[in-house]
Amino acid sequence: MTAPSDQPRATMSLSPATLQGLEARAAAVDESDVTATQADDVDLAITVRDLSAWYGARRVIRDVSMDIRANAITAIIGPSGSGKSTLLRCLDRMHEVVPGARSSGTVSYQGVDIYDPRIEPAAVRRTIGMVFQQPNPFPTMSIYDNVAAPARFNGLVKGKAAQDELVERCLRQAALWDEVKDKLGHGGTSLSGGQQQRLCIARTLALQPKVLLMDEPCSALDPIATLQVEELMSTLKADYTIIIVTHNMQQASRVSDVTAFFNMGEDRAGYLVESDATRTLFTNPKNQLTEDYVSGRFG
Amino acid sequence: MTQSAEVPEPPRLDLGGLRRRGWTGDLTFRAILSTLTLGITVVLGVMMVESFISASPVYQKFGIIGFITGSTWAPSFTVYGAWAFIYGTFLTSLIALVIAVPVSVLIALLLTELAPARLRAPLGIAVDLLAAVPSVVYGLWGLLVLVPAMRPLEQAIAGTLGRVVPFFGPPTPGSSYFAAGVILAVMIVPIVSAVTREVFASTPRLQREAVLALGGTRWDVARTVTLPIGRAGLLAAVVLGLGRAMGETIAVTMVIGNSDNIGKSIFSPGFTLASVIANEFNEATETLHPEALIALGTVLLVMSVLVNGAAIAIRNRFTGGSRSGF
Repeated sequence: MTAPSDQPRATMSLSPATLQGLEARAAAVDESDVTATQADDVDLAITVRDLSAWYGARRVIRDVSMDIRANAITAIIGPSGSGKSTLLRCLDRMHEVVPGARSSGTVSYQGVDIYDPRIEPAAVRRTIGMVFQQPNPFPTMSIYDNVAAPARFNGLVKGKAAQDELVERCLRQAALWDEVKDKLGHGGTSLSGGQQQRLCIARTLALQPKVLLMDEPCSALDPIATLQVEELMSTLKADYTIIIVTHNMQQASRVSDVTAFFNMGEDRAGYLVESDATRTLFTNPKNQLTEDYVSGRFG
Repeated sequence: MTQSAEVPEPPRLDLGGLRRRGWTGDLTFRAILSTLTLGITVVLGVMMVESFISASPVYQKFGIIGFITGSTWAPSFTVYGAWAFIYGTFLTSLIALVIAVPVSVLIALLLTELAPARLRAPLGIAVDLLAAVPSVVYGLWGLLVLVPAMRPLEQAIAGTLGRVVPFFGPPTPGSSYFAAGVILAVMIVPIVSAVTREVFASTPRLQREAVLALGGTRWDVARTVTLPIGRAGLLAAVVLGLGRAMGETIAVTMVIGNSDNIGKSIFSPGFTLASVIANEFNEATETLHPEALIALGTVLLVMSVLVNGAAIAIRNRFTGGSRSGF
């Protein structure tokens, strides 16, 4: 993190009172969500408070505060430049990988501030996995090695048998096993675009993360592959908290439980307009901007 | 409305800004560039032909193959063979590569993956500046500092490994193929590391981030993505370094020991093609001696062209391959 001295990072830890407050808010959100499970089942995976992010001198997101529900799919929608991807990258500390990038505010995963100086970024990324917009399998590796790579980075499994088992399980979870089981030794880039993206999802699942961040995972895919990835997300929801950035409002309304709408402010920094249960946000938004956006009047 | 009586001008096609401007500028520019480019090629060709003709008495006496493979160089007996110098050129270049390539790769990795962003530029410039040191300074430093300093190391190797393998055996007079190789290594590190750095820096960002997002460390980035994707470019850098090492003259002449014979050990004194020319040309008064040295120059020229051609071919395959690769 390259936070300069004039923008010190607040490293607050959550007091029990704050936690209670958050739960109350989560319950309030839930009441309006007719499709949601019962209020006492709602669990917060990630809380974001006053998050701002910069690339060099340019602020790209401003003062975002939002709660992310566990075992649900949260969609982040909004026009280009509204900071959707940057927000996602702040959630697993990938934002800071870009030279000159910095952020302020807090992001807590289950009450732990992931920007705490004692926290190792790699450990955050192990818990909060990310799938990129472009399929990016390692070009010099086989299908098998691509899926096994995260286990090797992090020493997750011991022995060939355990590794074989992990690779098969993740490929099955990503609905790719039947298509590749006879050619695990082939190069990862020999697959089609849709298969490559599912390979990348399998690779992220091999991390055994708790949260999946997906940055427009279907934007490079054809409609059939898109459908496969969306079905996959629905099945993964039981075990993972999923946050998906999408340009496609139909996709957001199809797959997500909660939707957050971002817009670009006059200072060209993105900000959160509102966040609500998906059905509510699309049918009865509180903010006029949201209504204009979801009805296709801008963006 | 006083001009209402005026007859309107007949309509004329107005080309405006689309009108073709004078194109003598383009022609002149093209002529200058073509001449310069052609000129360089002609110079290379003339050098090859001229040196071949000048040296032809040597080829007539010994034959081209006989000259290249002949291992005796005895000007006073008018016997000339290039093999000892070809051997010396290859051996010193090989030693240089064995030392310089790992060092350059590590420097390039440090500067692209590991060093803090604000240190990368200064460190990179410092390495690049090594290339600006005149080679005679390297030669002096080698002769006065490096050769004496390496004596104990050479003696240790010759006394242990050298007892089993004569190639690493004694004697260890100091000036040697090994000393020349070490000096060459220092001299080619800047070029090899600069090219390697470019190659590593062009690693697709998406690949780099894939490793980091999977909980990988910077070392994981290096071994999973940077090195495998950059291996063709690395090969090109190595061959480029080889080309430089083969042609280096004065620094090698100062530390290689200047012996016409093929040394049995890497610690023996010897000669390279470039250094024997530099060392003997001024006093080449024997029969055919100047011609034989010119012939050595031709051999070196052909070897350099081949090696640099190989570097270009590898680089082209690398840049062509990267487009379809991912």
